[in-house]
Amino acid sequence: MVANLNFDFMKLRKAAMIISAVLLLLSIASLATKGLNFGLDFTGGTLLEVSYQQPADIQKIRAQLDESGFLGSTVQHFGSETDILIRMSEAYRDNLGAEVLEALRTGELLNGEVINEVELRRSEFVGSQVGEELRDQGGLALLMALFVVMLYVAFRFQFKFSVGAVLALFHDVVIILGLFSIFQWDFDLTVFAALLAVIGYSLNDTIVVADRIRENFRIVRKGDAIEVINLSLNQTLGRTIMTSLTTALVLVALMFLGGELIHNFALGLFIGVVVGTYSSIYVAANILLMMNISREDLIPAELEEEIDDRP
Amino acid sequence: MLNKYPLWKNLLIVLVLALAVIYSVPNLYPPDPAIQITPNKSGAVLSERSLEQIRANLIENNIDFFGEEVTGGTVLFRLTDNEQQLPAKDRLQRMLGDEFVVALNRAPTTPQWLLDIGAGPMTLGLDLSGGVHFLMEVDMESYMKGQMKNYQAEVKRLLREEDIKYRRVTIEENSLRISFKTEELQDQADTFLGREMADFRATTVSNKANDVILALTEQKVKDLQSYAVKQNLTTIRNRVNELGVAEPLVQRQGSNRIVVQLPGVQDTATAKKVLGKAANLSFRLEAEPDAGRFSNEEYNFRNDDFRSARVEKKEIISGDRVTNAQPSFDENGQPQVNISLDSTGANIMAKVTRKAIKRRMAVLFIEQKPTTRYEMQDGKEVAITKYTETRGIISLATIQSQLGSSFRITGLEPAEASELALLLRAGALAAPMYFVEERTVGPSLGKDNIEQGVTSVLVGLALVLVFMMIFYRLFGFYANIALFFNLVILIALMSMIGATLTLPGIAGIVLTVGMAVDANVLIFSRIREELNDGRSPQHAINEGYDRAFVTIFDANLTTLIVAVILFAVGTGPVKGFAVTLSLGIITSMFTAIVLTRSLVNMTYGGRRINTLSIGGINKDAITKNNLTVEDAK
Repeated sequence: MVANLNFDFMKLRKAAMIISAVLLLLSIASLATKGLNFGLDFTGGTLLEVSYQQPADIQKIRAQLDESGFLGSTVQHFGSETDILIRMSEAYRDNLGAEVLEALRTGELLNGEVINEVELRRSEFVGSQVGEELRDQGGLALLMALFVVMLYVAFRFQFKFSVGAVLALFHDVVIILGLFSIFQWDFDLTVFAALLAVIGYSLNDTIVVADRIRENFRIVRKGDAIEVINLSLNQTLGRTIMTSLTTALVLVALMFLGGELIHNFALGLFIGVVVGTYSSIYVAANILLMMNISREDLIPAELEEEIDDRP
Repeated sequence: MLNKYPLWKNLLIVLVLALAVIYSVPNLYPPDPAIQITPNKSGAVLSERSLEQIRANLIENNIDFFGEEVTGGTVLFRLTDNEQQLPAKDRLQRMLGDEFVVALNRAPTTPQWLLDIGAGPMTLGLDLSGGVHFLMEVDMESYMKGQMKNYQAEVKRLLREEDIKYRRVTIEENSLRISFKTEELQDQADTFLGREMADFRATTVSNKANDVILALTEQKVKDLQSYAVKQNLTTIRNRVNELGVAEPLVQRQGSNRIVVQLPGVQDTATAKKVLGKAANLSFRLEAEPDAGRFSNEEYNFRNDDFRSARVEKKEIISGDRVTNAQPSFDENGQPQVNISLDSTGANIMAKVTRKAIKRRMAVLFIEQKPTTRYEMQDGKEVAITKYTETRGIISLATIQSQLGSSFRITGLEPAEASELALLLRAGALAAPMYFVEERTVGPSLGKDNIEQGVTSVLVGLALVLVFMMIFYRLFGFYANIALFFNLVILIALMSMIGATLTLPGIAGIVLTVGMAVDANVLIFSRIREELNDGRSPQHAINEGYDRAFVTIFDANLTTLIVAVILFAVGTGPVKGFAVTLSLGIITSMFTAIVLTRSLVNMTYGGRRINTLSIGGINKDAITKNNLTVEDAK
């Protein structure tokens, strides 16, 4: 279906650069001013223990809490089926327990009578689920990963490719974080996991494109850098569309059918797949052009290629 | 171009797939909801009469049960209905009273032959199946007492250095009372201590005693307590990780409590023992024979009550300076713990031991041992836990040369050595903690949430499978077989390493699957390209696999590097994610390249063919080469 496409990707590179720059600036500005809307995992909140007279219906409690504006609460049976443990990201305050109790009572009202009496056992502040060290270590891990990737790509490909790959990764991570900040979507541990996955995905995509560019610089003897890169992008386009589409299919299913817990995870990944595919073309490949990639950059590595070709 | 795999290669693939199927099978046996009953007092047995009562109670309440298992004093009933587990537990607990612990359990149903070869199911995370919930409280009283002791020593030292003679320093609640002979000394000390001890407010008491009261400021009390809870939180988190419990929940609750939730069936007894353990080491020099009595103290050996030694009161360093500790065995097969110190600890250790060669160094083991007694308060029996500190020497060895940042200690039992190593690695508790509550918790996700999650995963997978079939025909079908086995191998590996599965984890697996498709897409696109360039089908298959391999290898290796770094640097959830990602990359390389190639070879290899059922082939290129392709568009 996409066998002989000849789309001039690099014609749009100036426009793409502006789009990327604007997105990056907006993201950084939003991260600096609004910051991220950290979820219960990161901020902690309030823990409530309530006790019902008769066995409690968790589904109903969760729905009632959502309706009363206590979104994203965790509701668990606690030791017996009449006791319920609720954790919510609302900051602890003295009368929060009473408010929640009121909300739960309304849910039990039938013709003005409470059918299942509920009482508050405990209302306390809870700290974050992940320590501060995760934020520091997570950041450190990302930086280290970027650094080692840069070394590896420089060794396997060429220094210019490694700059492109790492900047593309940086671009993707910042824009995802930025979008979560701009729209103030809940940033919890699952989104953090999604961010890590995006790094893997985006890198995968960048390397596949880079690999073709390297190959074409070696075998195509005519044409300037722009032409070679365009050819490579067109050759990999079929694969790029297929892979992005299959991954996106899974993510769309997760996003719309997976329920609230998976929704933000899938959302983060979905943005990641879109941005990651875009950045392989318009950040990684674009940077190669900006750094004046040429045939000479790739010729000396040919010997090594011969060996690697036959595993 | 034959495109034939040798027999051994095909057999190897079959072997790998068979093993993967066997080791992933335990996950198909869902655990039975079960009720476990244990007498509260250890050593007590459940009488036949009690068993009879339990059975009668269950039958009376229409609770279906089967598979009664009695082991030691414990009995386990399997239930048929999950919904009946909580009410059954409640009713039995009420009937049996406090003499018995009635606990929710999930009894594995893995067949014996699978258990025999070391196969077992994955643990399900807190979100999917709930677990055990502990609430621990920091013993602030003994913590503050310990802090005041340190301040007492500091005040004594300061006064001695300043040459202000004092009678005695006594500890009162969050304050120190220092007595002096004369009013003059009292005034002198008041100004001096008021200046030196910034955390305290100094006041003089003008009765005949000439006392100075040093009271900790309220802010400092708060800071100290908050530090204690924070430090304990870190330590507890480390210990949970060291225990190998994946996806736990450790949170601060209220001002001085910590809540710990562990997923699935775990060895709760061990977890409790390790979590609450307050133990530390103190490294000290043995007292010189002619030293005065007040500068040293005598301790017994831990494993030999009749042996004792005098060691200096001043410690070189404590276990807090230990950065790593690993249990191992020395050349004589005796258990030992290899210890690494941080740079400050190493410096102090080097400085002290350089001047103490040929003297002996003692390793003192300090442990807070709990004793619980029950008291009636407001008509209720309340457990009161008190901690008493025990100290014992575990080793006393001659210093042969200056010690640096790493050395080893001996003199422990093997089990003790590994527990001590774990405790040292996780760090000491700043203050002792005791358990105030212990319960089971249900899954934090509702039943419908889990169902939604599973449905979405299945729908996503189905979409990918259909998509691949449409675009790559028979090759797509082979890729789907590879995907299926990729999942099976991934699940087998995760079960073997005892990974914990959470809902985001399931989504993560599906994502690796989505990405695994990429390898096949790369190969098939290459084959199409080769065909369109006019190569023969056999040649195209070979070239497609060969050329795509370089790309797949580079892309996957780069991602694997990221996963390994995340594993090395990250903690908890990051580590778990890194494990799934690395395993997914490796298994997908195997299934997407080796398995599909084997299937393709079996279909097309070793004979003349004109067409490949791969879809998307450019007609022009084909006619040019006089080939007919059924799937050409």
